Amino acid sequence: MRTFFISRLLQAIPTLFVIATLTFFMTRFAPGGPFDSDKAIPDEIKIKLQSHFGLNLPLFDQYLLYMKNLLAGDLGPSFKYVGWDVSELISLAFPVSLSLGISALLIALLIGLPAGMLAALRKNTLWDYLPMGIAMVGVCLPSFVLGPILIMVFATELKWLPALGWYSWTDLILPSLTLGLFYAAYVARLTRAGMLETLKQDYIRTARAKGASPSRVILRHAIRGGLLPVVTYLGPAFAGLVSGSFIIESIFFIPGLGKFFVTAAFNRDYTVVLGTVLFYATLIIILNLFVDFLQAWLDPKAREQQ
Amino acid sequence: MAFIRKKRSLLLTCSLAFGFLASCSAPSNVEKAIDEQILHFGLGAEPQHLDPHLATSVAAHNILSALVEGLIGEDPKTLKPVPGVAERWNVSDDKKTYTFYFRKNAKWHNGDPVTAHDFVYSYRRILNPSLGAQYASMLHVLKNAKEFHSGAKTWEKANVGVLAIDDLTLELVLENKTPYFLELLNHYSWFPVHPPTIEKFGAFEQIGTPWTKPGNFVGNGPFSLSGHRINSVIEVQANPHYWDANQTKLSGIRFYPIETSDTEERAFRTGFLHVTQSVSSDRIEYLQSKHPEWIHSEPYLGTYYYRFNVKMPPFDDLRVRKALSLSVNRKLLVEKVLKGGQQPAYCFTPPDTGGFTAKEGYSYNPEEAKVLLASYLKEKGLLTLPPIELNYNTSEAHKKVAEALQAMWKTTLGIEIQLLNMEWKVFLSSISKGDYSLARAGWIGDYVDANTFLHLWRSNDGNNLTGWSNRAYDQSLSLAEQSLTPQERFTHFQKCEDLLAQEIPILPLYFYVHVSLRHPTVQGWYPTLLDHHPYKHVYLEGKITE
Repeated sequence: MRTFFISRLLQAIPTLFVIATLTFFMTRFAPGGPFDSDKAIPDEIKIKLQSHFGLNLPLFDQYLLYMKNLLAGDLGPSFKYVGWDVSELISLAFPVSLSLGISALLIALLIGLPAGMLAALRKNTLWDYLPMGIAMVGVCLPSFVLGPILIMVFATELKWLPALGWYSWTDLILPSLTLGLFYAAYVARLTRAGMLETLKQDYIRTARAKGASPSRVILRHAIRGGLLPVVTYLGPAFAGLVSGSFIIESIFFIPGLGKFFVTAAFNRDYTVVLGTVLFYATLIIILNLFVDFLQAWLDPKAREQQ
Repeated sequence: MAFIRKKRSLLLTCSLAFGFLASCSAPSNVEKAIDEQILHFGLGAEPQHLDPHLATSVAAHNILSALVEGLIGEDPKTLKPVPGVAERWNVSDDKKTYTFYFRKNAKWHNGDPVTAHDFVYSYRRILNPSLGAQYASMLHVLKNAKEFHSGAKTWEKANVGVLAIDDLTLELVLENKTPYFLELLNHYSWFPVHPPTIEKFGAFEQIGTPWTKPGNFVGNGPFSLSGHRINSVIEVQANPHYWDANQTKLSGIRFYPIETSDTEERAFRTGFLHVTQSVSSDRIEYLQSKHPEWIHSEPYLGTYYYRFNVKMPPFDDLRVRKALSLSVNRKLLVEKVLKGGQQPAYCFTPPDTGGFTAKEGYSYNPEEAKVLLASYLKEKGLLTLPPIELNYNTSEAHKKVAEALQAMWKTTLGIEIQLLNMEWKVFLSSISKGDYSLARAGWIGDYVDANTFLHLWRSNDGNNLTGWSNRAYDQSLSLAEQSLTPQERFTHFQKCEDLLAQEIPILPLYFYVHVSLRHPTVQGWYPTLLDHHPYKHVYLEGKITE
């Protein structure tokens, strides 16, 4: 187990290196630069700005310099938010995305798991069709439709909740719902499929034959196998949730990572793009590793393979 | 059954939670603001800099005008100069020397007095070539400023026309008589910085030091910076050291950099914002009919136009440019497509810019357009023009205009126009390389004078980018700079406008308006051409209605 863990961590290093290199050159090859604007900047001022940020060096030297700073843990300054470092910006935005992502995930699990299990246990009844029908709608409904609808109902009309912002705990509710309901729908469908698959297994029949109560069969025997597809899905889903969503963050005016990442790409804020890409990559690597462990714990077959 | 019970209890919890929320739903920002006197302001975008010498955006202006005060202030209705740091000023007979007499009680936020030396320091900083300030050229009206800024001479040798006669007297000497000089002073590039703070952070010629962060920023305006969360809020609070603190009724302003106009509108409707920066073009008509008390469409000093690349066929031929221009029905465009109260543009400078209103040079005449195009086609031996690409940066509003014009040119001239939307930086890069034939553009004036518009079409101006250059145009603009009377200047400006309308390197379409939502409780806020609203005159009063 330990060798598996260490080898996976070592694999992460070349992965991150390749990602950093590719991203570095891809951002530089995009047309336009961070200081282009619709009002012309005199050449000598442009040169000044570029030299301030080290953009006057040959591209490969810039790359070496960036990698050298990266090894020292320095992600450099932002070009767009002048006076702020990339690491500073990430440390401000990530907790926002993290709390939003966690609460959305909780909503997804609290709604998705029971609904999926119910559907599996009461297969081909109203208790199956109704939640699965809603889940289908949930998967299809994009957040830029659901978000404004929730705002219209709960903020504009009922005035129960704030329409936007990130200033008090109530600001968390609507965006987490918007984000969570989509994932809830997915989780419900995966849970149903996983449970149905597991309930057909021989060991469940054996448990039933031995006279275990229905709740014991489900909670003790079926749930572990039934949740495997959900767990596999949770790794990337969690990474997707906590890395922020540009759309949700724009609709609800939330200062999360997703917005930084997308606007940085539009602004050609090279260092912020690189910093967030590397941060995401690290996050995904760690979460995938975590999911592998969880799977090993849940599934004896996977344990043997490792 | 266990799961059904679980579901029920979940539902119960949810409804209890919402019931709880409903019972304690807090009053909105707008409701609280009457007592608190805090203005909630939609800023549109996060400013890149809060350093007045490096700032480049409207968003930065909106914040800096709360934090810093220049030599003079602005009348809230007319934007005419009123006393600021200087309580009075003299102008010499040749209109080239301005002497400003400072008030004794002008203070920085830390209590230091504001002196003439601070302004000398500030002007030297922005003009310092090592700082690389984008708006430093605004100060080129000062005598010898250009020489120092270009790096040709040191500050001591250049003898720039800035002199602190004593602590409270500042003399500014100009290169030319500049009738709009006092208006210029309210551009943030002319704002002072606090020398000890700049020195403390080593920011004299260094970009990106933390001096502009809350706790570090020392300004001299009616408000001081109290909080800044990127992409969330910038907070300022009334500054008790400000010389005119009694006039300031607001206790604070919160600026929210909300970028999408739909989000801004939702914020406005739930009482989160008093003022929005924009309104989505699809919503203007609805809001005008349902909520005329909210929506305001006010003239804004800007022109929306298209550039022709006159170096590339077919626009290297005047007849084609003219044919396209003559077949644009601007009236139809503003009334049926834009619908926000914009004015059709038949010249480049917006009407009554610093007293100058250009004669209408461009016109609508589809018959003449057809004749001109036919003569071009005949000469070239063509049956029809090859398809033309029209570039614009991705936006619904630009797309609508482009589609309208595409249809007009198709019906009148039978020309195929291919619309090519581009991401902003890609668009800028292809325009600046001259890699386009027809492209969308807009220009917002920096100060209220025709010069801020007409200088664009000088041969060597970095913003020209059409490839068009005309010696008579350059001459007229130089003559306007040296003119002695307004009439003489306006004659030269008119000559420039005439040349544009004859040669058509550009296609003016309409003059901007600033369409925004504003709550009826916002008082002391008047429509102004530059969308400046001196905050010390703004206050919140009135009944909150649904």
